[in-house]
Amino acid sequence: MIRKALLLSATSAFLTLFTVGGHADDRVVNVYNWSDYIDSSIIDDFTKKTGIKVVYDTFDSNEILETKLLAGGSGYDVVVPSANFLARQIQAGVFQKLDRSKLPNISNMWDVISERTSKYDPGNEYSVNYMWGTVGLGYNIKKVQAALGTDKIDSWDVFFNPESLAKLKDCGVYVLDSPADIIPAALKYLGLDPNSTSPDDIAKAEEALLKVRPYIRKFHSSEYINALANGDICLAVGWSGDVFQARNRADEAKQGVEIGYSVPKEGAQMWFDQMAIPADAPHVAEALEFINYMMTPEVIAKSSNYVLYANGNKASQQFVDKALLEDTSVYPDEETTKKLYTVQPYDPKTQRIITRTWTKIVTGQ
Amino acid sequence: MTNIAAAASPPAETAALPTRLAKGFVDRLVIIVPYLWLLFFFLVPFIIVFKISLSQTAISMPPYTPVLDFSEGISGFFAGFRELNFDNYTWLTQDALYFNAYVTSLIIAAISTLLTLIVGYPIAYGMARAPATIRPTLLMLVILPFWTSFLIRVYAWIGILKPEGLLNQVLLSLHLISQPLVILNTYTAIFIGIVYSYLPFMVLPLYSSLEKMDYSLIEAAQDLGCPPTGAFWKITFPLSLPGVIAGCLLVFIPAVGEFVIPDLLGGSQTLMIGKTLWNEFFANRDWPVSSAVAVILLLVLTVPIMFFQQAQAKAQEQGK
Repeated sequence: MIRKALLLSATSAFLTLFTVGGHADDRVVNVYNWSDYIDSSIIDDFTKKTGIKVVYDTFDSNEILETKLLAGGSGYDVVVPSANFLARQIQAGVFQKLDRSKLPNISNMWDVISERTSKYDPGNEYSVNYMWGTVGLGYNIKKVQAALGTDKIDSWDVFFNPESLAKLKDCGVYVLDSPADIIPAALKYLGLDPNSTSPDDIAKAEEALLKVRPYIRKFHSSEYINALANGDICLAVGWSGDVFQARNRADEAKQGVEIGYSVPKEGAQMWFDQMAIPADAPHVAEALEFINYMMTPEVIAKSSNYVLYANGNKASQQFVDKALLEDTSVYPDEETTKKLYTVQPYDPKTQRIITRTWTKIVTGQ
Repeated sequence: MTNIAAAASPPAETAALPTRLAKGFVDRLVIIVPYLWLLFFFLVPFIIVFKISLSQTAISMPPYTPVLDFSEGISGFFAGFRELNFDNYTWLTQDALYFNAYVTSLIIAAISTLLTLIVGYPIAYGMARAPATIRPTLLMLVILPFWTSFLIRVYAWIGILKPEGLLNQVLLSLHLISQPLVILNTYTAIFIGIVYSYLPFMVLPLYSSLEKMDYSLIEAAQDLGCPPTGAFWKITFPLSLPGVIAGCLLVFIPAVGEFVIPDLLGGSQTLMIGKTLWNEFFANRDWPVSSAVAVILLLVLTVPIMFFQQAQAKAQEQGK
């Protein structure tokens, strides 16, 4: 998460220098998106079609993006924060409202997703969905079979039950270093409200996580992709698309590693990555054009086919690869969708408790 | 120095005065440059950080309040000024987390500095004793790693140390071990990473003080029947002390605030002040508390710096 970000912030500073030096009549849009999150031919096609040059820069943690936005003057025109971060950033006055008259493709969007994102961005005034997914369990099918005697994982029990996780300790367990993804999962497993801000509930989640802590090898938000693909670990609590990328890398490597992904039956968190325009963006017209282009059904379908995440564009579904569209772990069926939950951003006081709890879980202090 | 220069330079007496004045001005200018540098790149940023550490968090841009500016006139500036307080520093004392993080960082830095000294001294000694013709090559070899990005070099250690990594494969194939060693994600890996990364900072000052040493002193000691180890501890080591102090300072200070190496090579359980600061700044969005953590870190580091400076001054006096 962080190491990549260090490299990236250096490159972004470099790129910013270059964009300032560009000709005044060149149309430019500065896009800041997650790493490994787009089919790069889409960017070339956009430039060919509109003549707008895209300066594309990437990050791999919401925290890095947020810090840049809060400091102001980031120079970016389109950024892609996750919805729970976006909600708080809207309050802080980071974004500008989108001019819908410039976004005719917005009619392609999928109400099932828009309805949920409006919990973070009322009326979807500031943002448009790019991709969405779930937080679930990625696993090495053969190793889990050997350790547990079954290759069917369908419950959080495999992770939160100390007896079960102890069996997976030796083959390796990684967990996202992201309290906002893991603590709600613990609450859900305990039958509590995943959105609970009650200190008692958070303490119960802490207790549940501390019980399995001895069996977790590392908390990290991106290393698990390679670790799963190489067969270094057998279980990861991670983001859906990352696990699918691990699966693809494992297939390409042909080392006999098979990766599975499960949306636990107790329910899993849904997350949304939203395209938005900072209030101080230097190229607003170009940013709107870019966002509108990304809502073209063929374009966003191409992106989904590449990054293996579901998008929030209903009209694009006819262009999405059949295998992806029919994969219920990517596009969950109706029954599974009912069990998915969303998590609201924490208020500063709860955030502090959450971070403190998380430090305790991760470091044991 | 000035006297010699003045006496040697002008042929005519009349030319001497302006030259001397100009020289005085140049001398002062030379001193002003580093002072300006310190003022703009150390003192001003420090004051900004210190001011933020007295503020409160807010959901706004930037995420703290009050933001001091003169847009509302002098009275607005002072009204904001009155809202500043030391709450964040009180907060740091209320949770043992911060204290533990400082202590852990200091211990890790101290152990790493000692290890770097133990590894670096023989290298520097060997370089200083090598034939003068190959010394530049050896010096080059010490500096060479800097040509590759620091991050990439630390990443490479992941490949070497991981359970299926290079080191374990070699040891397993030589039948020296039967089970892969667990090194990655432990404190051992952090020490390896710090010693490796900071070694040149230890070797270079050591080399420069060892190279200046008069070898005839050792010969004299040997002539007088002093065994080699005795000569080393009585002559070589004391004479290299300024290099030891400089090297230890250059390793210890950045190692205390080290963030990248523990994050990449250390396990999740490693609690260092760099990570705590990162958490406060990025995860909690609490710029004021993270600024307070940074200010305290600076204070904590001032103690060893002052101690070392005093020791160095003493060593120099003895040298005279």
